[in-house]
Amino acid sequence: MTSEIIDGVIQAFHLLFSLDPTVYSIVFRSLYVSGLATAMAMLWSLPIAVILGMKNFRGKRFVKASFNAFLGVPTVVLGLVLFLLLKRSGPFGMFELLFTPLAISIGQAILITPILVSFTMSAIESVDTELRELARTLGSTEIQASTAILREAAGGVTLAVIAGFNRAFAELGVATMIGGNVHGRTRVLTTAIALEINRADIAFSIALGVILVGIVFAMSLILNYLRRS
Amino acid sequence: MKHLKKYYGIILVAIIIAAIVIAAWALNATQQKEILTVSTTTSLYETGLLDILDAEFEAKYPNINVTFISQGTGLAIKTAMGGDADMILVHDPDREQAFLNEGYGVNRKIVAYNFFVIVGPEDDPAGVKGLDPVNALLAIKEAGEAGNAIWVSRGDDSGTHSMEKRLWIAGDEDASVLRDEKWYWERGAGMTATLVMANEKRGYTICDMGSYLNNYVSGAIDLEIMVEAGQETLNVYSAIACDPQNPDLAHVKFDHAMKFINFLASDEVQEIFADFGVDNFGQPLFNPAVKLLKENTDPTVAGWIKDFAYIDGTECPSDKRYETGNLSFLKIATIPTIIRRESLN
Repeated sequence: MTSEIIDGVIQAFHLLFSLDPTVYSIVFRSLYVSGLATAMAMLWSLPIAVILGMKNFRGKRFVKASFNAFLGVPTVVLGLVLFLLLKRSGPFGMFELLFTPLAISIGQAILITPILVSFTMSAIESVDTELRELARTLGSTEIQASTAILREAAGGVTLAVIAGFNRAFAELGVATMIGGNVHGRTRVLTTAIALEINRADIAFSIALGVILVGIVFAMSLILNYLRRS
Repeated sequence: MKHLKKYYGIILVAIIIAAIVIAAWALNATQQKEILTVSTTTSLYETGLLDILDAEFEAKYPNINVTFISQGTGLAIKTAMGGDADMILVHDPDREQAFLNEGYGVNRKIVAYNFFVIVGPEDDPAGVKGLDPVNALLAIKEAGEAGNAIWVSRGDDSGTHSMEKRLWIAGDEDASVLRDEKWYWERGAGMTATLVMANEKRGYTICDMGSYLNNYVSGAIDLEIMVEAGQETLNVYSAIACDPQNPDLAHVKFDHAMKFINFLASDEVQEIFADFGVDNFGQPLFNPAVKLLKENTDPTVAGWIKDFAYIDGTECPSDKRYETGNLSFLKIATIPTIIRRESLN
């Protein structure tokens, strides 16, 4: 039993360093899918965060609390909801998105939206109040003022983006349930590790696990570095 | 009252821990029985048949708790080889033979059969309706290359996946090459998951009759049968006990496993096989095989099973039998002289 693990690790490193195309196609698909998810999430999360961070309105506390609450949404529940929405007989069935990489990206984007919003919002709120007022008074338009604030909070925003990417990259529920782990199509790192066990290919799973952990660790290191500076 | 407030957290934690401990204790109390672990296939498990067998068996043997691990046949066998199951209930004669020959299993008994069917969308874009299985696959490949059809494969080394690969080989194609093509979707999951994907993508797939009916009647899929049952798509389920003589498997609960195999082969359970699904589907999901083979009630199908699923002309080769108890094994020629010679050995 132990020798199986050792063999698996040896073979895994062989796969890693021989640049095995199957392994790396999965790695690149994962990076692409989660990268796209992060980009999409930024598209709507940053404006939401700016509004929440700078404006005062009725019910703001409730909205903020909701985003914070959704930070911990279980990925399998999100996967289930999206599955029901995207399936052929569901309300968005006509787009035929189920079991496509784009569907995973959309799901992950929704998953990480609370992270991006909450983190960015705190970053904006921690920008000096006077500076925010100044930007608001000096800026000729709302957009310019917002951009100035975001630039001031750049460190915090980057932190939010990396944290969001990390969460998307390492999640399993959404990718399994609405991606479906189809070989060469929607098989990403996490689904491959979890479900390739079904093919009992230990070395392959270990190799993917090493890469997944490596990338997540690297991202977390960057995150820590940014947090300190 | 204010000083009480800081204890709220501690009190809450204490209550939660107490609740967990009580729950764990209550759960443990129900687990005093001995556990028999059966490593089996998703097609059998997902139909709900095993739940019925489980209840029947435990009513008969209250001290045994049957636990099923549902996986593709390939992994089900690997699980048993790793010592994590007491017996297997699978459907892939080639792999079963290897399992016996490598010294992991004894006392193989054929218990049930049904047929694989090829299912697809009603409009049948590849035009496979009525073709034989091999030509149907080739037609799907052709239509797939033209962008008009999708094939969804289990892709999980299950018995169903083995059947699919055999059919491709019969058509001079290699599934391990096809899996990289655009029209070939390798699912890497169980039967229901694969059917649901084929349904969503309006693709074709191969599936045992039991799983098809189960999902069709439940409304999970609306795919239709394109290629009917026949000799080439026979699907035979066998039970094999893990071999306690194998030093790696010395810990298996062989006696319990044999009880379960005898139970599966008993008239009572064969009757359950024959009845299961008739009310809902108009036909059984799995057909009992024991009586069929013993009494040759349907010579055509019996002949197919013998051709396909017998190992060296028998259900279980004589050197792979061990403390068989009441269990008997059938072989092709059952003329009396041979039986007598056998019993002298």
